[in-house]
Amino acid sequence: MDGVNLNASYDAGFVEQVQQESGQNMSLCYQCGNCTAGCPYTFVYDIPVSQIMRLVQAGQKRRVLECASLWLCATCESCTTRCPNEIDVARVMDVLRHMSRRQGFAARRPVKVFWDTFLESVRRHGRVFEAGLLASYVTKTGRVWTDMDLAPRILPKGKLKLKPHPIQGREEMEKIFKRFEARGGRS
Amino acid sequence: MTEATYAYYPGCSGLGTSIEYDSSSRAVCRALFMKISDVPDWSCCGSTPAHTVDHVLSAALSARNLALVESMGLDTVVTPCPSCLTNLRTACHRMEDAAFSAEVNALLDTPFKGTVQAKSLLQALIEDVGLEMIAASTVKPLTGLKVAPYYGCIMNRPPELMRFDDHENPVAMDRILEAMGAEVVPFPLKVECCGASFGVPRKDVVAKLSGRLLETARELGADAMVTACPLCQMNLDLRQEQASRAVGTHFEMPVFYFTQLMGLAMGVAEAELGFDKICVSPARALSLIGSPASKPEGRKATSGGQA
Ligand code: SF4
Ligand code: SF4
Repeated sequence: MDGVNLNASYDAGFVEQVQQESGQNMSLCYQCGNCTAGCPYTFVYDIPVSQIMRLVQAGQKRRVLECASLWLCATCESCTTRCPNEIDVARVMDVLRHMSRRQGFAARRPVKVFWDTFLESVRRHGRVFEAGLLASYVTKTGRVWTDMDLAPRILPKGKLKLKPHPIQGREEMEKIFKRFEARGGRS
Repeated sequence: MTEATYAYYPGCSGLGTSIEYDSSSRAVCRALFMKISDVPDWSCCGSTPAHTVDHVLSAALSARNLALVESMGLDTVVTPCPSCLTNLRTACHRMEDAAFSAEVNALLDTPFKGTVQAKSLLQALIEDVGLEMIAASTVKPLTGLKVAPYYGCIMNRPPELMRFDDHENPVAMDRILEAMGAEVVPFPLKVECCGASFGVPRKDVVAKLSGRLLETARELGADAMVTACPLCQMNLDLRQEQASRAVGTHFEMPVFYFTQLMGLAMGVAEAELGFDKICVSPARALSLIGSPASKPEGRKATSGGQA
């Protein structure tokens, strides 16, 4: 880990904002490490979840909002369930993702692109169209479909539908997203 | 307008990748006289992606469906999918807060009044139908089959929100499978994450996490794993070869939905249970299931070499 000059980069507004949006009292975290110990994704995180909690306390906005861990957290709720101080850690991770998105820190992360593509599918059809989602993800990332080995397994099962299941309330769905955008994200 | 007791929310995967979970769930409900009726014109709950964008948006996508349940005149919606369940329950819970609820309803054409609760199908089966009735409905016991029940990470967590079963060692599926004659191994990774929705963008992560689950189930001598989640089933079954490669072995572990095995034990027609939709052939596992008369000791001889 690089050294961080905590005093120079302390951002009090950031701490306040995380607390307000997540409804959690960040100062309760005493760094016991339970969340990290139970987190199944620590092996791919650049910063373990307990250290993210610490960096939030220390007002290290940039370090936190730039980190890859935010996009690898599966919201498995292990951290939240096991925190001795009843901090909803998974919710904090969610809120950090919201902030990271809004402030443009994560535009090209593959996981984020995948999630965004998923929501576009929901917006357009009302329900997720799995095959379409896959195709559009591949187009967007320019990655070839790396799951070629799965094709002969899943295609004969007839489970990957090649047409969407549009709902009648498609306009209603579009309005939900439009109104959300008009509001400019979270108030 | 409806005779149903429960509104039923299949979830998007129920139309595609987990179609056999959906059809077997419906068959089990019918066999147990649980009256369900589909939420009319239901839409996607937004799943994980929505809550990573914004909590109001996420709640709105769920609340559209909850308002539809209100329009059916029902107060309980059941869903087989734990991810849908989490979103529906989270929306119900957060919308108890008037300010939050107002923000959500401002995005909707029809506001959600807050009169609905969401349950997993598993919870409704065990709490409302009950183990006795389930046991009594068994006509073809699962005797001879040794299973590792896997609940996935969010069916029971966080406990304050899900309020069902034990959050470290859930037993609902264990009890049902036992009541229907299966042998249940004490599976220690019941609530560990399988890799969730990272299959496409980070299949290395799924291969590693699912590989660990498959390996543990095999070490315990399970003939099959049993799941209650479309994503878990897909990661463990469809991606089993990828997991095999990641762990440097070759798994051949069939992964059932618990409703498929329930249906089988209740004598539901196999066409409705969709065993042919499973990628890793369940033929061997199914062949182990004996008639009520056959004794469990018989299985050792037939199942042999699975180290
Ligand atoms: S478990 Fe809770 S108190 Fe312990 S390090 Fe994690 S957030 Fe802090
Ligand atoms: S919710 Fe995220 S941070 Fe918490 S344990 Fe699960 S993967 Fe790790």
